[in-house]
Amino acid sequence: MMKYQSQAVAKPYFIAAIGLFVGQILFGLILGLQYVMGDFLFPEIPFNVARMVHTNLLIVWLLFGFMGAAYYLVPEEAERDLHSPKLALVMFWIFLIAGALTILGYLLVPYSGLAQMTGNSLLPTMGREFLEQPTITKIGIVIVALAFLYNIGMTILKGRKTAITMVLLLGLTGLAVFFLFSFYNPDNLVKDKYYWWWVVHLWVEGVWELILGSILAFVLIKTTGVDREVIEKWLYIIIAMTLITGIIGTGHHYYWIGTPQYWQWWGSIFSAMEPIPFFMMTVFAFNMVNRRRRNHPNKAAVLWALGTAVMAFLGAGVWGFLHTLSPVNYYTHGTQITAAHGHMAFYGAYVMIVLTIISYAMPMLRGRDAANSERSQTLEMWSFWLMTVSIVFITLFLTGAGILQVYLQRYTGDPQPFMVVQEKIAMFYWLREVAGVVFIIGLLTYVASFFVGNADPEATVD
Amino acid sequence: MSQTFTKAMARNVFYGGSLFFILLFLSLTYDTHSEMPKQDNSANLTEKVAKGKRLWEENNCIGCHTLLGEGAYFAPELGNVYKRFGNSKQAIEAFISSRPREGIKGRRSMPQFDFTAEELDAISEFLKYVSEIDASGWPPNIQG
Repeated sequence: MMKYQSQAVAKPYFIAAIGLFVGQILFGLILGLQYVMGDFLFPEIPFNVARMVHTNLLIVWLLFGFMGAAYYLVPEEAERDLHSPKLALVMFWIFLIAGALTILGYLLVPYSGLAQMTGNSLLPTMGREFLEQPTITKIGIVIVALAFLYNIGMTILKGRKTAITMVLLLGLTGLAVFFLFSFYNPDNLVKDKYYWWWVVHLWVEGVWELILGSILAFVLIKTTGVDREVIEKWLYIIIAMTLITGIIGTGHHYYWIGTPQYWQWWGSIFSAMEPIPFFMMTVFAFNMVNRRRRNHPNKAAVLWALGTAVMAFLGAGVWGFLHTLSPVNYYTHGTQITAAHGHMAFYGAYVMIVLTIISYAMPMLRGRDAANSERSQTLEMWSFWLMTVSIVFITLFLTGAGILQVYLQRYTGDPQPFMVVQEKIAMFYWLREVAGVVFIIGLLTYVASFFVGNADPEATVD
Repeated sequence: MSQTFTKAMARNVFYGGSLFFILLFLSLTYDTHSEMPKQDNSANLTEKVAKGKRLWEENNCIGCHTLLGEGAYFAPELGNVYKRFGNSKQAIEAFISSRPREGIKGRRSMPQFDFTAEELDAISEFLKYVSEIDASGWPPNIQG
């Protein structure tokens, strides 16, 4: 059961997140098929449209997840009800409808038509990777973010302030502030790219990690019963290392876009240290679980918490390090190596942390005392393994594709054209698609876990 | 972690460290701005190039292609396409305008965008401008 009634607003946010997640993966499968069957759905849904839907749905559902997480955990941390549950619900519908309209716009209108309809020429912000949303949608995102920050900020201000809520608020504020750079789109391509990374890198390798850390710390306090002082000290050290390495680490995107060459030094050295906070997070999570003062009946939530720590380290840390040094990146920049890293990093760090908090909070949001039934949890843990193992294979297959691509197109003495190379590595794309099918089976299993064993008694600590 | 290292100390490391590196990043950004004209080909940044960039954006070219290695990995790198097509704007324009509307059976196809001659000129001018940005020797070879 929830401690505060207003925590209930988290529930629609989590449900929307899961729904959009399913959509994201459906489009991922379409994209994977287009890699090997080039004319699949052409010209109705060309690759660029499907990709936009895939990546934008990811961002939007993660944002739903973060907001839901904040609405759930902030009242509990601040020891008071949410400042305005009504505002939270209004913003939920605005965000969902704006998001749905944007996705429909991508699918139903040619992109240039969408640009025209939404007056892109007045303030051109469209057509840059991940920031494809019409300007009007971007403005909507800012409004929703401000209302959200106000709501969360007021709750924290009036209540108990903990390290967890302060770090979360800092991360969420950073998220909103750096998004403002999406409105800066100079004609100078080098400048455009330079500040584009202030949204993209400073989000995923910066402030989002603060959000990740604080949600993880919250779930670990709740599930292990370890002293808050210990957990919050870890949290500060981890996020200190995140920003100490990650801010200058932005430089690893400034090697080959027309920016000064000293970035090859700054970027290589600092981004090579970016795995450290992720490694610390893994040590932290396992340490806390090992030192637990009690066994929590929600074993699935603990599994997700440990999983996110490990997979974030592998995906963001190890796979990031693989191609972050500038002499290596010279060959791997913009290849399937990048795609491999992107998939495991996003899954490990951000998909899994959202699923962690959903796993922890949803039983209470649905009226349970602490956990779902055994049967439901068993199914959820199956989905954990199906999705996690298949993302590992997706990553390995894309890495295989990437290594071959780098060799054939960039490294060998007789470099071959892009499309010739793509055909030679098609086998890896087929294997990736198979792994993708397993992933969606895992995801559907996850969805099913919400409908199974609801009449059964809650799982107990054995 | 030992008991002598307190939460307050950890918090100070976080705030102090972050602040220091934010300031360092801002100084490097300032320097990058002053150095940028040496590499960014802004001398050739004409109205036509700006128009080409807008067309590039409003047709979501980045959704399939990379440009200086950034974008999607479905279609060839275009940062050096001007050079790969024999330093020819005409070759680029001919390629774009000749894409079959229904695609090519079984293959990845570029959509037919129905650009006017003026638009094609702007796009190819933009791609020429990009190819002349000094990207520190990237890509490794002409294949992109």
